[in-house]
Amino acid sequence: MNAMLDVEGLEQRFHLNPGLLDRLSFEGGRPRLKDLVVHAVNGVSFSIAKGEVLALVGESGCGKSTVAKTIARIYDPSSGRIRIEGEDITDYDHAKLLPVRAKMQMIFQDPFASLNPRQKVRDIVAEPLLQQVGDGARAEVADKTEALLARVGLNAEHGGRYPHQFSGGQRQRIGIARALSVNPGLIIADEPVSALDVSIQAQILNLMMDLRDEFGLAYLFISHDLSVVHHIADRIGVMYLGFMVETAPRDQLFARPRHPYTRALLSAAPSIRPSRMTEEIELTGEVPSALSLPTGCCFRTRCPFAWDRCAVERPVLQDIGDGQSAACHLIDEPERDNQ
Amino acid sequence: MTMQSESRDPLLSVRDLRTWFHTFSGVVKAVNDVSFDLAQGEIMGLVGESGGGKSVVGFSILGLIDPPGRIEGGQILLDGEDLAKASEDRLRKIRGREIAMIFQDPMTSLNPVHTIGRQMDEMLRLHTDMDEAARRKRCIEMLESVGISQAEDRLRAYPHQFSGGMRQRVVIAIAMLAHPRLIIADEPTTALDVTIQSQILKLMKRQVADHGASMILVTHDLAVVSEVVDKITVLYCGQVVERGDVRDVISAPSHPYTRGLIDSIPNPDHRQPRLSQIPGTVPDIRNLPKGCNFRDRCPRAQALCAQEEPKLSPTRQSLFAACHFPIGTGGDA
Repeated sequence: MNAMLDVEGLEQRFHLNPGLLDRLSFEGGRPRLKDLVVHAVNGVSFSIAKGEVLALVGESGCGKSTVAKTIARIYDPSSGRIRIEGEDITDYDHAKLLPVRAKMQMIFQDPFASLNPRQKVRDIVAEPLLQQVGDGARAEVADKTEALLARVGLNAEHGGRYPHQFSGGQRQRIGIARALSVNPGLIIADEPVSALDVSIQAQILNLMMDLRDEFGLAYLFISHDLSVVHHIADRIGVMYLGFMVETAPRDQLFARPRHPYTRALLSAAPSIRPSRMTEEIELTGEVPSALSLPTGCCFRTRCPFAWDRCAVERPVLQDIGDGQSAACHLIDEPERDNQ
Repeated sequence: MTMQSESRDPLLSVRDLRTWFHTFSGVVKAVNDVSFDLAQGEIMGLVGESGGGKSVVGFSILGLIDPPGRIEGGQILLDGEDLAKASEDRLRKIRGREIAMIFQDPMTSLNPVHTIGRQMDEMLRLHTDMDEAARRKRCIEMLESVGISQAEDRLRAYPHQFSGGMRQRVVIAIAMLAHPRLIIADEPTTALDVTIQSQILKLMKRQVADHGASMILVTHDLAVVSEVVDKITVLYCGQVVERGDVRDVISAPSHPYTRGLIDSIPNPDHRQPRLSQIPGTVPDIRNLPKGCNFRDRCPRAQALCAQEEPKLSPTRQSLFAACHFPIGTGGDA
């Protein structure tokens, strides 16, 4: 059986093209022009089964949104493979991607920027489907659009309005209806609830879960909010500085996080039920620049356990049983875990 | 027992504050009859969703309401002095000196064309009579106390040379420089990552305690509030719907809106297939329903709620709620 989505060794680099003077440096008295490259995603692999929800979590700049956008082929990957239901779409051009879009749709973070302000809601929702079926089927598309709006909790009369007439939560519903219009198997949701108030956030999360059950959707769910992720995900991947540092089934990750960064992230998350945190790893300092990655382990500059091996050897993601993997040398040398 | 904090002379006492905005499409009663007290050394969380009026309360205290907004009524008593009636000259002396503000976005609250050192120095120049050497010394001490190393060199740096978390540390340092008695922090960590957020929250709490100051923490995030504050005031549509000690509010709120907010947060300990949600959306504040503002979204609403506006009154423990049928008082589960 093919996975819904299979990502292998995905890398995404962005070349900055600053002025000559910014690139100029001197090494041993000799001028040298250096390339400024942002290493946004560094060899990330994962797969999502049909109907599964994988959440990618991490802090700003960790590359989670870049992963999402690269899979949606908004960016062209620097290297690695992307397969949708076994079909390798890594090198597809625009025309070849069109049928793939019927299998994979995206929901964006900002419901204010992701809807065309000059289009009526029903045209926004119909657009992806019209691209797929052509103008001949306008009548059917109109019926389907109305059904979709009803399904996400809007009514037919809303279809004739413009996006600015809606609140943030309603706009996110429109974005969801648009994504659903082509009956995709995979929805890539990039921080879909983080711009919403908490009571509205719960409405949208419930809607997304209901739709998943109804249509058998798989989600790639990008979020920085661990409590949201805990609610919606089957499996979680933790990213740091463009690397996947740990992946595990949800309950396992929350009960037994192995990577020091995951542990720190869990202990830092504020909670209204503070009883649950037992260990506390407090991080100092800030995330290094993706322009010049640290040697060895990406996390060693903030890791309370780091030792000399971490500066030399880059840890790779290794299976530690029960579907959990982590990229950390502590797994080989657990005696150094002295917290 | 609930009167304990009120019987002490409060540092700040806001009474029936009304801040209204006169727009072309009607009067927006952003803050409507809001009252609360804040004692010396206390930290209060002001929470609610967008449009609840929580930021406007903060701006009103500082006298930063611009037309079409206006303070229509009420008192803002800082040590007995009514800031709602104070002149602009007097307010300018109070801002920074007595009351400091920390804003959400550390990128826009620092001046990008001046060095950190100059922006810090300005605060002391305006509000103290220290000489230049003493001011510099104090700036360096302050930067060090918020965890910025090589403080002396950093004084010459510009805001863009700092990361978001570092910038917020600088903003906190500036706020604390003149030993203000009250700090108003408006969503101070919302723009920050979670590991940085926990550093900044700890820092703020420690600084407030060290200086014996009081703080109002304006935020939409109940989780943040529950870790930092002593008491909570919940706003909905410009009015206080519930207030009380943090533990009572979080563990057993009596207003259905507060209950709804807390239940909307996914609970990792009791994962349920569906989150409980507050149905509907916030009503148009220019056109509020008669009676209780929350009744259209409230699972407990009855006929009375449509007729009569509930008044803030004691419910249980330290809690006050504006609700005709508060949770946990008589005849319900």
